[in-house]
Amino acid sequence: MTEPPPPLPWTAWREATITAVAPITPRVKSFRLAVDFADSVRAGQHVDVRLTAEDGYQAQRSYSIASAPDGSGTIELMIEALPGGEVSGFFAEVAAVGDAIELRGPIGGAFVWGPEDGGPLLLVGGGSGIVPLLAMLRLRARVAPEIPCRLIYAVRTRAEAIALAELEARARDEPGFGLSLLTTREGAARRIDADAVAGALAGLGDPARVFVCGSNPFVAAASELLLAAGIAPARIRTERFGG
Amino acid sequence: MATRGFTGRRPPETTRERLPPGQHLTDDFPVLQIGPNPPVDLATWRFTLREGARPIRSWTWDEFGALPRTRWGGDIHCVTKWSKFDTAWEGVSFDDLMAAAGIAAPTDFLLAEGYDDYTTNVPVADLVGGKGMVATHYDGRPIPPDHGGPARLLVPHLYFWKSAKWVKGLRFTQKDEAGFWELRGYHMYGDPWREQRFDGD
Ligand SMILES: Cc1cc2nc3c(=O)[nH]c(=O)nc-3n(C[C@H](O)[C@H](O)[C@H](O)COP(=O)(O)OP(=O)(O)OC[C@H]3O[C@@H](n4cnc5c(N)ncnc54)[C@H](O)[C@@H]3O)c2cc1C
Repeated sequence: MTEPPPPLPWTAWREATITAVAPITPRVKSFRLAVDFADSVRAGQHVDVRLTAEDGYQAQRSYSIASAPDGSGTIELMIEALPGGEVSGFFAEVAAVGDAIELRGPIGGAFVWGPEDGGPLLLVGGGSGIVPLLAMLRLRARVAPEIPCRLIYAVRTRAEAIALAELEARARDEPGFGLSLLTTREGAARRIDADAVAGALAGLGDPARVFVCGSNPFVAAASELLLAAGIAPARIRTERFGG
Repeated sequence: MATRGFTGRRPPETTRERLPPGQHLTDDFPVLQIGPNPPVDLATWRFTLREGARPIRSWTWDEFGALPRTRWGGDIHCVTKWSKFDTAWEGVSFDDLMAAAGIAAPTDFLLAEGYDDYTTNVPVADLVGGKGMVATHYDGRPIPPDHGGPARLLVPHLYFWKSAKWVKGLRFTQKDEAGFWELRGYHMYGDPWREQRFDGD
């Protein structure tokens, strides 16, 4: 009998095999990767991915984990193809099932939520900023469905909304969860504003935890609105993807 | 191990030489922080040096503005992997702060403290000799709140999380004490050229 090797520290680079790829919007693909740390991921954390060219040139980027521990031994990433994007372009055009991708994690200790943090829980996402919030929603549904939760999700169009079917099903089936979808470039063409925040808070009560994620300008605007609505700064956590 | 099918978009050699491992160049100025910008009022702003809990010296905004000024220009590196070249800062060097307080650094380590209750540890050796300052101006203008204004620490040779935003003081500590990110697994020192992102790197 040989002892199993000790688990690698989370900072160690490891190869993870892509086990599934699925388009989820015209610009976003979902990737499932087999990792040994899938069960220890906290909702909101990310991984660092490192790609290496034949000549040794490397590029690193961060990607949030969309999945909550589900016993599958995999994590899900959702990567939006940016125009000219060095790493997101690789995922959009090249990465396929069976490929080994170097990554490390799970990373991040500020933008995380677990049932021990309690609620009510307010989630505010713009575009691909929904990804870490999705992990929180998935975790909540599994382990703490009694915690009241609202999601304000701003997207350009419904077609570009990530996991829209899942979010709408949750809003329909999960008593404590409500969704406000704002489409900025179709229908009423509404950006996040004071009314959207007030509407979410009306159904939720005073949130114990607030998580805001998206592009730089989105997070800046949403944070100002949340502070203006009277939410204590210490309850608000932000994550900025760039842009 | 090469990643199948990855060719990459190599920056020119002149750029690559200035990029620490794992970093890429950005032209904008991304923002990294854990929460919203804290409200900071210049009328009540104070910058305080402490040894442990004991205040050593404190300056109002006007008093701080009267201290000798230092400029620094160069490259900055964020642990989220962007680097920005040729940034220009102005403020009060750590050396001038010590001189104005009439002291030598009482210990070898300190924690920079922000108005958002963020903390980060920096060895004194990494601040003396012109290596660190409390910056009030970026690109010739007051630092905007998104980038840590009215005043932020600037320790540009370390990853930028060490350059605490909205800084309200420096607390000297007997030993090297972990700050906010360091308690969450980030590296105690954070040298970008040795890619010290996380504890153990
Ligand atoms: C903690 C963290 C978590 C993240 N999670 C995710 C995630 O779950 N899904 C995801 O798709 N991305 C995520 N990102 C963004 C991701 O890390 C990359 O920045 C993004 O994929 C772009 O990399 P690239 O190499 O394709 O583009 P680059 O080649 O670096 O840049 C191409 C162009 O796009 C611009 N750009 C770069 N980043 C963005 C951005 N985020 N938005 C708009 N424009 C941009 C650049 O300025 C440049 O003009 C996350 C970032 C962080 C810091």
